Amino acid sequence: MEQKLAPKGRLPAGQAGIPAGEGKKSQILSALEDADVSVSFEDALENEMVLNMGPQHPATHGVLRLLIRLDGETVLRIVPDLGYLHRGYEKIAENCSYHEYIPHTDRLDYLSPLANNVAYVLAVEKLAGIEVPIRSQYIRVIGAELARIASHLVWLGTMAMDVGAMTVLLWMFREREKILDILDVLTGARFTVTYTRVGGVAQDMTEECARMVQNFIDQFPDQLKEVEDLLGHNRIFIDRTEGIGYLSREDAIALGLTGPILRASGVAHDLRKDNTYLVYDQLEFDVPSFPDGDSLSRFYVRVLEMKESARIVQQCLDKIPEGPIRTGDPKKTVAQKEKVYTRMEELIHDFMVVNFGINPPVGEAYHAIEGSKGELGFHIISDGSGNPWRLKIRSPSFVNLQALPLMAKGHMVSDIVAIIGSVDPVMGEADK
Amino acid sequence: MREKILEKLQPNFNDSILMTDEFRGDLTVTVKKDDIVRVCKFLLDDEDLRFDSLRDIVGIDMYRPENRFEVVYNLYSLKNNYRLFLKVLVDEQDLRVPTVVGVWAGANWLEREAFDMFGIVFEGHPDLRRIYMPEEFEYYPLRKDFPLMGIPGSLYLPPK
Repeated sequence: MEQKLAPKGRLPAGQAGIPAGEGKKSQILSALEDADVSVSFEDALENEMVLNMGPQHPATHGVLRLLIRLDGETVLRIVPDLGYLHRGYEKIAENCSYHEYIPHTDRLDYLSPLANNVAYVLAVEKLAGIEVPIRSQYIRVIGAELARIASHLVWLGTMAMDVGAMTVLLWMFREREKILDILDVLTGARFTVTYTRVGGVAQDMTEECARMVQNFIDQFPDQLKEVEDLLGHNRIFIDRTEGIGYLSREDAIALGLTGPILRASGVAHDLRKDNTYLVYDQLEFDVPSFPDGDSLSRFYVRVLEMKESARIVQQCLDKIPEGPIRTGDPKKTVAQKEKVYTRMEELIHDFMVVNFGINPPVGEAYHAIEGSKGELGFHIISDGSGNPWRLKIRSPSFVNLQALPLMAKGHMVSDIVAIIGSVDPVMGEADK
Repeated sequence: MREKILEKLQPNFNDSILMTDEFRGDLTVTVKKDDIVRVCKFLLDDEDLRFDSLRDIVGIDMYRPENRFEVVYNLYSLKNNYRLFLKVLVDEQDLRVPTVVGVWAGANWLEREAFDMFGIVFEGHPDLRRIYMPEEFEYYPLRKDFPLMGIPGSLYLPPK
């Protein structure tokens, strides 16, 4: 029988370099075996081997697969293999209306779904030229910053666990639970929130919710301080992260990296400051950056970012005005649900928007926000109909992962988990 | 910033620029396919412009008889905090586009993605493989003539 190509992920670890039977060698293995890496068998102690890490590996934060060429325990080369969570969200977008796509954005970076919602609707609003009421902009900022804190909390917990600190994970998930409770009251769902609408948000923030956010913000810095002391003064944690996964400023820029990784390499670039959107220009916050470019500075950048996010949320709570939460143009946004059930006009508008969409003018627009991983942007091309002609997701995890082979080269196998942890990839976003 | 970019580009690349377009405040410059590397190098190296960060490469299937595909380069200048879009048109008969990996190293995976989804061949790319779809997959899924439901039997499954 003719031997087919070996399917992805079916090769046993350690033997991946040996082709199965007479079958063709898979392309990814051929890519590993080029001129700069050659196998020699002269001395048994000098053997190089290929280690297949993932896709089912707890330290790879999802279904990331790495093929690692090792000399003893030292990493010679890494070839990442993506696509295990590829669900074709860009294709799906071309086949649903602008509103129907909002729930799909939840599933991209599933640690900060609300920030994805905000990024998507901002791109649609830019394309369609929709002005959003100021109250709704403040609510979006609060939601996006809470999402950033929640995402960084999961990152901090899992990264600390990757290098051996179990306590932090439990503490961080306890904090995150409080945010999820807030999101439950704010949006009606704990996780896949689908909160924003084109032209506003789904429902208003109640007094009760504002109080919950206030309570969370009041106690959060102290809780964070505890963890910062626990890890920042911990010999083991520092030894495992300091100088590990170094990335120079020049490489970080040339690879197009964004977010905490770029800021940890000494570039204080933040879209909230540099290409401001929503009401960030009216809020005071700092952009933390460190010049060292290693895993430890990425830790500090993210911890400081959480504090800045808490500051931003506090200012929003103080400044948020009363007012409408949706744009006044009924042809551009879905009507309020309670009015759809009781009024004729709203019922007609709801029918038109749901069935025919909001029809932005022909053209293309790109809008990006500073997500928790970096620049999260949507590039939308409209042909004037109710569906996007083409929607491209600029996902920060995908671009940031490209730096992984560079960061890990020359380090030990055990450092790879610390480096992956510091990159903080979310495969739902990287694989789209 | 818009005037400055065009002022710099016009004298050097008068023949290369096919069209400039501004929509919702974003400047898009359409350049000839063969000159894309030269234009990119110029935008990167110029002291005043310094488009040092390539943020994204977007493949687009416009599904029209001529110049069916488009490739959009999303450039960002950290110095000026300005975003510029470069566009090249690609005909279905000739899917080759010169690679910009030599200009920005980050173009590597982005070009692989456009190749995977649209079959646009980036000439000179060091490692042009599919990035999301399995290696043995024969189609380009984001093309408009690829059905949403997929093509039965196109994905290789292991024997039972």
